[in-house]
Amino acid sequence: MRKIDQDHTRFRDIVRGRIKGDLKKYVTSGEMLGKQGDKYVSIPLPQIQLPKFRYGKNQKGGVGQGEGDEGDPVQGQGEGEGQAGENEGQHTLEVDVSIDDLAKILGEELELPNIEARGKQVIKSSATRFTGISKVGPQSLRHFKRTFRQALKRQIATGSYDPENPVVVPIKEDHRYRYMKTREEPQAAAAVIYMMDVSGSMGREQKEIVRIEAFWIDTWLRSQYKNLEVAYIVHDAAAHIVDQHTFFHLRESGGTKISSAYELCLQLIEDKYPADEWNIYPFHFSDGDNWSSRDTERCVELLKGSIIPMSNQFAYGQVKSAYGSGQFKKDLDRFFSGEEKLVTTDILDRDGILPSIKAFLGKGR
Amino acid sequence: MGNLTPELAKIRDETRELAANYGLDFYEVIFELVDADELNMIAAYGGFPTRYPHWRFGMEYEQLAKSYAYGLSKIYELVINNDPCYAYLMRSNSLTDQKLVMAHVYGHCDFFKNNAWFSKTSRKMMDIMANHGARIRRYMDKYGVGVVEDFIDRVQSLDNLIDIYSPFIKRDEGDAPAQSGGGDEGKVHKLQAKDYMDRYINPPEFLEQQREDAEKAREQNMRYPARPQRDVLKFLLENAPLQSWQQDVLALLREEAYYFAPQGMTKIMNEGWAVFWHSTMMCRHLVDASEIISYCDAHSGTLSTQPGQVNPYKLGVELFRDIEDRWNKGKFGIDYFSCEDAEERRNWNRPTNQGREKVFQVRKIYNDISFIDEFVNEEFAEQQKMFVYGVNQATGQMEIVDRDYTKVKKSLLNALTNFGNPIIEVVDANYQNRGELYLFHDWAGVDLQFDYASQTLKYLHELWGRPVHIETRDEGKPQLLSFDGKEAQMREVAASKPDVEVIGTQETDD
Repeated sequence: MRKIDQDHTRFRDIVRGRIKGDLKKYVTSGEMLGKQGDKYVSIPLPQIQLPKFRYGKNQKGGVGQGEGDEGDPVQGQGEGEGQAGENEGQHTLEVDVSIDDLAKILGEELELPNIEARGKQVIKSSATRFTGISKVGPQSLRHFKRTFRQALKRQIATGSYDPENPVVVPIKEDHRYRYMKTREEPQAAAAVIYMMDVSGSMGREQKEIVRIEAFWIDTWLRSQYKNLEVAYIVHDAAAHIVDQHTFFHLRESGGTKISSAYELCLQLIEDKYPADEWNIYPFHFSDGDNWSSRDTERCVELLKGSIIPMSNQFAYGQVKSAYGSGQFKKDLDRFFSGEEKLVTTDILDRDGILPSIKAFLGKGR
Repeated sequence: MGNLTPELAKIRDETRELAANYGLDFYEVIFELVDADELNMIAAYGGFPTRYPHWRFGMEYEQLAKSYAYGLSKIYELVINNDPCYAYLMRSNSLTDQKLVMAHVYGHCDFFKNNAWFSKTSRKMMDIMANHGARIRRYMDKYGVGVVEDFIDRVQSLDNLIDIYSPFIKRDEGDAPAQSGGGDEGKVHKLQAKDYMDRYINPPEFLEQQREDAEKAREQNMRYPARPQRDVLKFLLENAPLQSWQQDVLALLREEAYYFAPQGMTKIMNEGWAVFWHSTMMCRHLVDASEIISYCDAHSGTLSTQPGQVNPYKLGVELFRDIEDRWNKGKFGIDYFSCEDAEERRNWNRPTNQGREKVFQVRKIYNDISFIDEFVNEEFAEQQKMFVYGVNQATGQMEIVDRDYTKVKKSLLNALTNFGNPIIEVVDANYQNRGELYLFHDWAGVDLQFDYASQTLKYLHELWGRPVHIETRDEGKPQLLSFDGKEAQMREVAASKPDVEVIGTQETDD
């Protein structure tokens, strides 16, 4: 065993909580930054940060370089971690990561199982390709190379080919044409329906958490299904279907009526994604502060009666907002204790994102 | 010397000769060709494969190995300040990269050998680290891995509390409390006067004042330490009730912290200097036509900046180039500085050709703080598009606050002060006459992270054995954070130092 492997094993043991329990609380689900196109994404990586006298994070400003006017937001500043001066001369380079790799990395880190699509929902997609060759066909589809080769073959066989004077003339029998073939490919189709509470209590940070989580869920599901459709629903007291940009940027205010979103979700499933053809994944994010218990009852009814039976899994993530966490998660857990297709998580802050993803996707449904 | 292939050995010889001809002066460099996994391992140990065992190195290794495996980043080069210098080359790098790395490494080695701030570091650190490793392993055999490792954890929590300038300044000299025992203490000193003049020359208020001064002096002399100590590790080493093995471990970890300190103090310069030389040598000599694209690709990757960060490579090399340019064109001295016309300053050219000489001088005597303080000027800040950013309290977003170069400079210097660590001193080791340890955080506008601070106090308490306190500020209000062995507490106190002027970084547009 190499020396580093001993140190590494020891580190893993601390992370898993097997030894040195007092350090467990310093384990952070740190992250590596990867680049996907021009977006930066993070990859989970557990780290232990020993306590030190050091400056608090957010108060720190700093110096940057680049374009921009006063008041322009600054993106991508690091937290200035790491001890100055150690690892002298280390020199790192950022590289692009493909979406597939990202999904693989996420899968490995969170030990996610591959999703098994539901049997009868496997639909077939047919594609026509000109992959065949035929002896008859229209001139416009003549395969020149094949025709020429055929003519050459014939001339050599009959001895009429002269290498000194290589003239090859195809006759009618030599002609070859491209031919259309239909291929049927089994394809699992999945629909992801993101629902977000945009009532006054969901702030910028809460939306950011939803955005990060949705990105990773999207990445993972896309790696599992070729044909993924995504729908976005926002709701306060009423629900609307919106596009992706609006979903992440909209700021409404007002009351919260969760049933409005569930009704719209159900309607969407019935209209566009019939449950016998689609794998359906509704995700709902809210701070859990529903308007009334009557409405919560209505939600439970909708979930129990229609949405959950139609879906592979229904996920509810409760994001903690400045006004605290609401009652809704507790209500769901109470009504649906023992229901395997419902997963609920509490997302207290950004550190809660990864465990939440793991809970949502960890069952491989 | 190393295990280079004949091809690489030839490049090394060529590069070494070139570097020497340019006037670089370095210890012999031993290049080792290693594969990616070995390099990650060596890097995890901070460059010293024989270092003491600790889970933290395993953590670093995992991080490096994973980001390499996922193609997120790779280490280009690793060089150790030692005589001879050790440098590691990654086997899988292209020949162009190897050339670049070698040229870069000679730049670093010259810097290690000649920069004044490295002058007190040991050049036999490879051996010393191996000895440290052996000693700690022996203690682990004797006292148990867990016990020793826990102690190392405690020390590592405190290892930023050193006095980085202490190798250069003798702070304690002539500082011993005046314990001549002359019996003067507490006695009120009267001015000489005739009886009838006495109450005019020594009025009661004056006597009172004298009595207070004497009292204060006595208190000061009773105090331990007599003067605040920045080197908290040293103070603990000398005063905390430690077992002998603990003392040894603390001493050797402290030695390592001091060894690494100059690298933190000169990060910008050191990297800038290495880039300055690799680009000079590569562009003028080493790169052939077929390699120019891949060289440029690697080089620009090194110098790329992100909006919210200062890239030390970029800042360093630009500043060195600017200095060379200025001293070539005579852009210094009283004439230049008293010139008010921006246009004239920009086009200033009175050939002096002292640029090369000047950059060599700068690399010898400056560190990052003096480097930035002296050479970042308005033109430079503007040309480099530098700005100060901060949190806008209204939106919670980071945004550009200012492009004024004095503020940019202040903020940069602020961040570099004490490597971005809070300045903390031992003020009193017998607080309230109960043997409690009192630390003082010299607050300069940024608060400590309080949850971490109270945990650190807890660790400190384990070493000190008595309650520990740190005086700091919470948004400007003086607070005393204490740990008494059971729980951490924070309460308001009277400040022992007057308010400070808060510098730039916290400003927002209200």
